[in-house]
Amino acid sequence: MARPADSSLGLEQVFRDEWGRVLATLIGFLGDFDLAEEAAQEAFALAAERWPRDGRPANPGAWLTTTARHRAIDRIRRDRTLLEKTRLLTVPEATEDDVDHLDANDPDAGDADAAAIPDERLELIFTCCHPALALDAQVALTLRTLGGLGTDEIARAFLVPEATMAQRLVRAKRKIKTAGIPFRVPPDRLLPERLAAVLAVVYLIFNEGFGGRGELAAEAIRLGRSLAALLPDEPEVHGLLALMLLHDARRAARFADGELVLLADQDRSLWDATETAAGHAALERALALGGRGPYVLQAAIAAEHAAERRDWARIAALYAELVVLTRSPVVELNRAVAVAEARGPQAGLELVDRLELDDYRYLHATRAELLRRLGRTVEARASYERAIELATSDPERRFLERRLAEL
Amino acid sequence: MQYMLLIYTDGEAGESWERLSETEQQAILAEYGAISQTPGVVGGAQLAPATSATTVRVQDGRTLTTDGPFAETKEVLGGFYTVEADDIDAALEVAARIPAARMGGKVEVRPLIEM
Repeated sequence: MARPADSSLGLEQVFRDEWGRVLATLIGFLGDFDLAEEAAQEAFALAAERWPRDGRPANPGAWLTTTARHRAIDRIRRDRTLLEKTRLLTVPEATEDDVDHLDANDPDAGDADAAAIPDERLELIFTCCHPALALDAQVALTLRTLGGLGTDEIARAFLVPEATMAQRLVRAKRKIKTAGIPFRVPPDRLLPERLAAVLAVVYLIFNEGFGGRGELAAEAIRLGRSLAALLPDEPEVHGLLALMLLHDARRAARFADGELVLLADQDRSLWDATETAAGHAALERALALGGRGPYVLQAAIAAEHAAERRDWARIAALYAELVVLTRSPVVELNRAVAVAEARGPQAGLELVDRLELDDYRYLHATRAELLRRLGRTVEARASYERAIELATSDPERRFLERRLAEL
Repeated sequence: MQYMLLIYTDGEAGESWERLSETEQQAILAEYGAISQTPGVVGGAQLAPATSATTVRVQDGRTLTTDGPFAETKEVLGGFYTVEADDIDAALEVAARIPAARMGGKVEVRPLIEM
C-alpha cells in the first residue's frame, strides 16, 4: 500500500482509515481483488501527489473511490482482456480527464458520489473469512484488505518470510476466484456460523498482538469497532469488542521489568481508563441486546476481574455458562480456579483433578497453587516442576520458578 | 458454476451399513434420493464397492489392467453429485446434507473447469 512520507496533513491516518472501505467498494464494483488493489494503489498514490498541492478533499473516501474507479475503467478500456476478470458488463464512458476535473477544493465534489457509494466492508470481511479458505489465509487476507497492512508487516507479525506470506495471499485470492467464493454478506441462515468465523479471525489477530506485538492488537480493535458500527444489533460483535478493550486496557500493567505480574498484583493506575470505560460500554450494549454468547460471557468475566473486589462466585457462574457453550476443558479449568477462590482450594482441586489436560502448563500451575494452599507441599513441588517443563516463555518460567522457591 | 461433490466413506462403511436397521437404511436412502431431487443437483450416482474396481494404465504402449482401485486407501470413493450453482455456498449446503458426511465420511467439493 502506498504510504506517503508527508504526514503533515495527517495523510497517513486518512489512508489507514480509508483503505479498507475504498478497496471493498472496488472489489464489489470490479469483482476482482487484484484489479481492485491496483486501482486503489494508483488512487492513493495520486492522492499523495495531489492533496499536499491542492489541499485535502472534503470527502477523502469519495475522492479516492471515484479516482480508483476511473483508473480501473481506463485500464480496462486500454486492455479489453481484463474485462474477463471483472463483473462489469459494459464499460462506462469515464475517462482520465474526469479525474483532473475532480476539484479537491469543491466542498460538494464527491458528496453526491458518497451517498451512492455503498459500504461493502462487511461483504469483504465475510469473503476473507469464508470457511473454504484456510485459517491463516483468512487472517492474512483480512489484515491485507481491511487493515491495509503491507505484506511485509503481516509477515513480520506472524514470523514467516515475506515471500511465504505473499504466496499465501496469492493462493487465497486464487481460491476465491476458482472456487466461486461469493462477495456478499451471508444469508440469515448462514450468518451465525459465518459471523462466528469472522469474530474468531479478529480475536486471533488480537491475541497474536496481545503477546507483545501491540500493533496487531490495535488493528484487531479497529476491526472490532468497524464491525460494531456495521453490525450494531449483533451482541457477540459488541461482546468481542468489549473483551479486547478490557484486556488491552491492562496491557501496561502485565509486565514489570520484564516479569509477569498477576492480575491481583497489578498497578491499576497503569490501566487505560478510556479503554476500560469503552470496554464496559460495549459490554452494556451486548447485554442490552440480550447477548449471552461466548464473547459476551468472556467480556463479562473480564469486567468482573477489573472490579476492585472480585465476586468469585459470580465469575465461577459465568464460567459455568461458558463451559456449557464451549465444552472446553480449558474453560473448566478457569472455572475451577474461580471455584477455589469462592469455596476454597479443596473444591477447586476436585474439579481440576477431573480434567485431562496433561500437556497444558496452566493445569499443572493451577494444581500446584491449590496443593500449596492445602499444605500438600511435596505434591505442589512436583506440579510446579511439571509446569516449568511446559512453560513457553522466559517470564512465565521465571514466575513459576519463583513460586517453586517460595514453597 | 458447476461443482462435483465427491463422497468418500471410511473403510468400514459397509459394516456400519449392515448394522443399521432396515428403517434406518430406508431413511438414509430417502435422504440421498431427496438430494438428487434438489434444484441445482444435475447429476450423481452411487459407485459399486471398491472391490468391483479395475485399474487401467498404459505404459510404453502396453495396457496394464489390474484388479482393485488405484490405491488401497482408508477412505473410499463411494459416489458423487454434480451441482450447478452461482457460488460455492450452495454446493457446500448440499454437501452438508449428504449422510456420509455425518457418518464418518467426507465430501470433497471441487469446481469443474468450464470447457
